[in-house]
Amino acid sequence: MRIFFSKGTTVVMSQTKGAFAKADPLSGENAVTAHKISKSYGDVEALKNLTLEFPRGQLTSLLGPSGCGKTTLLKIIAGLLDPTSGEVKVNGKTVTGPGPDRAFVFQDFALLPWASVIRNVAFGLELRGMAKSEREAIAAKYIRDVGLAGFEKSYPHELSGGMRQRVGLARALAVDAQVLLMDEPFSAVDEQTRRKFQEDLLSLVQNENKTFIFVTHSIEEAVYVSDQIAILLPRPSRVHEIIRPGGFREKGVDNIRRDPEYLDIVDEIWASLRSYVE
Amino acid sequence: MYLKLLSAVIVFGAWEIAGRIPVSYAFPTFIESMVALAQMTFDGTLFTAYGETLRPLIIGVAISAFIGIAMGLWIGLSNWFDWLFSPIFIVMQAAPLAALIPLLVMAYGIGLTSKVFVICIMAMPVIVLNTASAVRNTPSSIKEMARSFMGSDLEILLKIIIPAASPVIFSGLRLGVSAGFIGAILAELKITPTGVGDIITFSRSIADYPSMYAAIFSIILLAVLFLNLLERLENLLFEGNNRGYVSD
Ligand SMILES: Nc1ncnc2c1ncn2[C@@H]1O[C@H](COP(=O)(O)OP(=O)(O)OP(=O)(O)O)[C@@H](O)[C@H]1O
Ligand SMILES: [Mg+2]
Repeated sequence: MRIFFSKGTTVVMSQTKGAFAKADPLSGENAVTAHKISKSYGDVEALKNLTLEFPRGQLTSLLGPSGCGKTTLLKIIAGLLDPTSGEVKVNGKTVTGPGPDRAFVFQDFALLPWASVIRNVAFGLELRGMAKSEREAIAAKYIRDVGLAGFEKSYPHELSGGMRQRVGLARALAVDAQVLLMDEPFSAVDEQTRRKFQEDLLSLVQNENKTFIFVTHSIEEAVYVSDQIAILLPRPSRVHEIIRPGGFREKGVDNIRRDPEYLDIVDEIWASLRSYVE
Repeated sequence: MYLKLLSAVIVFGAWEIAGRIPVSYAFPTFIESMVALAQMTFDGTLFTAYGETLRPLIIGVAISAFIGIAMGLWIGLSNWFDWLFSPIFIVMQAAPLAALIPLLVMAYGIGLTSKVFVICIMAMPVIVLNTASAVRNTPSSIKEMARSFMGSDLEILLKIIIPAASPVIFSGLRLGVSAGFIGAILAELKITPTGVGDIITFSRSIADYPSMYAAIFSIILLAVLFLNLLERLENLLFEGNNRGYVSD
């Protein structure tokens, strides 16, 4: 069963037990598909036969207990790791390595400590061979967008954790990739900053026509920001359940956290994960 | 800056006092040594001596720096090279140089070549080993970042690995250069007395201790100046290095 889902119209919530087994005939709807991915590190089987689709223009969260292979999956999609078997397609093309259609936001920010904020933000463009004046103009725009105007000449060690992650985000946005891969991007910032980031992320998903793949540990965060949540189970990891939170999104960011549906989904996810957390 | 000046005053003051006590009849005061230094500078002895000493020193240090950094990068990047070459440099670092000098003289004579060899043996291992370990310890997350934004291997080397390794590479260079200075004097004392080594040997033989200490002092001064120059170069090449580091 497949449920169509589009932003701004009536939203259907569904739970699809298990993964989508067959190749999707409407793959144009999906920016990214992961098909029967397995990944072993020596004896450790991190992922096994994982199949998952990421609808275009939406935010999909990967949620699951620590060590279940979320980062591994994200890096396979990014082309940083090769799967042991299976394949990932981005816009119908099989991934063989990093590409201009994907940009990564790292959990530990991965900023160059010796480079100023503007060089860090422009670094993705620098690696793409763009001329300095051009890339710095673009970087300056994204620095403003993430609220760091005035810090262009600062160095990473002069910034707070939250500001550093904004730099990481601006760097990923600057290359204008269609797919943004975010590995627990908010886990190193404080709770207030995190909430602000979550709100910003919602408007980013609204305004930019990009596909977001978002790894998180937090059930609340996943339900708050996601169009689709994939729950992964511990090693060897598969998709246990796909949840599409919906209706409460239109009621405005301020009301989401009190919405009964929001609370129900949070509870439900906790119920299905509880047994795996001792 | 003032702190440096103060520590210099303290050291020289202690030297002066020790010379006046005197600690040993062969230990001149600071002022006597400086007078001797001025004399040697004005009659040109010092310049001819350094002309002699600096040649093997500069050649040796330059070879050690270039080959050392290149080898270090290579060893750091390739496990296979690490396996092949690391032991050589570790042995070289541990080798008792004085015992090797007769062998070098036998093979290469008493000329420039042997002296350059001595300097390279002193200076190169620390440069190679520091560079290699710095390269190996490049944070993998920033390498991965560059790869995810489609950096080529060459770009990752030039824009990630070398800048990240540069502080440790430069500290290896500083140690290497200091060792090179020691090697240069050692070569002049052990192979043939030329240049500054000659001043030291000769003035000792005629008990002109102020001149001897003046020569030693001048070589230390030169080494310090050279190391400062290296620091300038580092700041020029990698301006972010003095910015401190993100600690997480
Ligand atoms: N380079 C590696 N070598 C060997 N095993 C690895 C490697 N990277 C990950 N693993 C193993 O693969 C499993 C999945 O790791 P992964 O980092 O993908 O988990 P994760 O879901 O991102 O966890 P977390 O939520 O804690 O970040 C873990 O059990 C880990 O031990
Ligand atoms: Mg992870």
